[in-house]
Amino acid sequence: MPLFVILEHMANGLLVGSYYIVLALGLSLIFSLGGVVNLAHGAFYATGAYLAWEVQRRLGFFGAVALSPLGVALVGVVIERLFLRRLYREDPGLTLLFTFGLAMAAEQSLRLIWGATGLPFGIPEALRGQIFLGDFIYSRYRLAVLAVSAGAVLGSWLLLNKTPFGLIVRAGTRDPEMVRALGIALSPILTAVFALGVGLAGLAGVMSAPLAGVQPAMGTEILTAAFVIVVIGGLGSFWGVVYAGLLVGVVRGLTVLFYPPAAEASMYALMVLVLLVRPRGLMGEKFERFE
Amino acid sequence: MTSARNDQTDLSRRALLKTAAAGVGAVALGFPAIVRSQPDALRIGHLTPRTGFLGQLGEYGLNAASLAVEETNAAGGVLGRKVELIAEDSVNPGVAVTKVQKLVERDKVLCLLGEISSASALAIAEQANRYKVPYINTGANSDELRGKNCNRFMFHVEGCNTMYTKTIGLWQRSKNLIRGAKWYMLTADYAFGHDLYRVSTRFLTENGGAVLANDMVPTNTADYSAYILKIRQAKPDFVYINLAGTDQTTFLKQYKEYSLPFPLAGGVMDTVPFWAAGLDSLSGHWQSLWYHGLTVPAAQAFTRRFSDKYGKPPDNQAWGDYVGVKILLRAMAETKSTEGAKWVAYFEKGASFDILKGRPGTFRKWDHQLLQEMYVVKVKDKKDARDKWDIFELIQPVPGAKESLELIQPTQKENPCTLA
Repeated sequence: MPLFVILEHMANGLLVGSYYIVLALGLSLIFSLGGVVNLAHGAFYATGAYLAWEVQRRLGFFGAVALSPLGVALVGVVIERLFLRRLYREDPGLTLLFTFGLAMAAEQSLRLIWGATGLPFGIPEALRGQIFLGDFIYSRYRLAVLAVSAGAVLGSWLLLNKTPFGLIVRAGTRDPEMVRALGIALSPILTAVFALGVGLAGLAGVMSAPLAGVQPAMGTEILTAAFVIVVIGGLGSFWGVVYAGLLVGVVRGLTVLFYPPAAEASMYALMVLVLLVRPRGLMGEKFERFE
Repeated sequence: MTSARNDQTDLSRRALLKTAAAGVGAVALGFPAIVRSQPDALRIGHLTPRTGFLGQLGEYGLNAASLAVEETNAAGGVLGRKVELIAEDSVNPGVAVTKVQKLVERDKVLCLLGEISSASALAIAEQANRYKVPYINTGANSDELRGKNCNRFMFHVEGCNTMYTKTIGLWQRSKNLIRGAKWYMLTADYAFGHDLYRVSTRFLTENGGAVLANDMVPTNTADYSAYILKIRQAKPDFVYINLAGTDQTTFLKQYKEYSLPFPLAGGVMDTVPFWAAGLDSLSGHWQSLWYHGLTVPAAQAFTRRFSDKYGKPPDNQAWGDYVGVKILLRAMAETKSTEGAKWVAYFEKGASFDILKGRPGTFRKWDHQLLQEMYVVKVKDKKDARDKWDIFELIQPVPGAKESLELIQPTQKENPCTLA
């Protein structure tokens, strides 16, 4: 097999990995700060795609990219304020139950409102077509997805590392009791982080709509991949998620090339391998509160 | 402090469990009450996946079956009794078995109808045979259900994989697209896909074509770009997909995204995933079991009634469930009996049914497949489409009007069945 074929599949894998990252990053953020394992993350992703479908009909695709994640974040604020907030100090099992139930309720609601049938969602005119680099072929749309994903990752990193808000979030992740003791109210921060996390899920949903279509079960299907990436990357690690997303993309791409029946199983095999060597994941750190 | 918090948690969890248990209890008690209020109704059990990757098809099937029952009741029912449809979501074969047992033992249904997944249909058929209750398969394609796994109580309104393959295959052969051609195949990695791969490869090689490569694709694949890169490197004459449900939609969309020059065909075609992909993503010639653009008056009347009620035209799955219910009700009326074995005999004697197509259908005696015509359809130009559902132009029925309906069927040698 020519080397360039392998290289092409690796490059394509990086591209595929990039939109997993946006989804997984949100999941990781929500878990790190609130300790919430958000089983409804896929539902927010699907909601993002459905909102995009509605917005697109009125304001076009670029309007949808801008507005739909905001809409999802807003829904996130409401849910955090009304429900999740009451559960932070309870048994973690309760947030699991709540988000699990929320995921089911959300999927059925999507089905009730927009029907069980998938909605046709084409690639916007401006982003159709391919770009050739030598013998490599790239879909224009996927390159745009890469750019948006990179922007979202960079933006989140700056927010968490270069702003006072980020400082509190990082401190809260490490030791919420101490942050409170210093007189800083964590509760609005928790809301903001949840909104940011699900907003990222919404963004991933918008970006995947033209590629994989919009249908009620789309969130359930992608959620597992997001969890696997977070676990491989290491709970709570920002760059861990990024590396893990890219790694999963590449491993999956190469599996399709050499042995397609194992394509979906490959990320689980990868997870097992990583956990055997590094039980906390690639970049996982020791978190006292989770020990 | 910790222990106090735990106590509290325990309490609230107990309270939660109690509430949940009460809720479940209420549902369980409520359901038979509704059933008991209509002691004389003739009950049909409907099973189909309404969630998961086949769920969008299942919804159409259930809508159409309900419509058939409503129409019958509005016209006075059957044998002087009302007909009642009891529907269950058969997410997977295991659940399907439990639901059959519930439908037969508790709800006392007279017959079963539905399904899309071949694996679940097999599980249902085994139960149907055990209970001696007729089961009409309206959506599972696998040839093996009509062959190795056939049984006396199972009948098939849905076309089998060979019928779909031969319909498009005979047309391709007549256009000289098969001899010497190299095909790249993508196959769904479960019972249905494997079966379809087997029969489509058989037709291809018997007629002088060759399989260039075949990739077994896991169901629910969200990204096909890596497969498309492989296809691009392989340079086949045809790309042939043995995929179903949302996998079909996703592949169609992404294949279009890369604008590869190789024409696309497939082992089956369901209208719903094609609608979901949208005209922008479609091209080529396909095969259809039934399409709402058929000009037969009975078909148009059905399309009108379905559209009036549900706000969208029926697809081939809706057609299957509708026709299936009508066939069961005919059997009840004609045999004047609620005994499944009598209906089986009636079907096997070659009763002919109006199936909303150009020609009537009959069940083939030795494997219980409904003999019927299928259609070759061509994807419309976007400018000719009246609405988002108007995606195909009908090219021709297969077999043609003067040909035997057996033409697209597997022969007894290809798919042997012994009805026990």
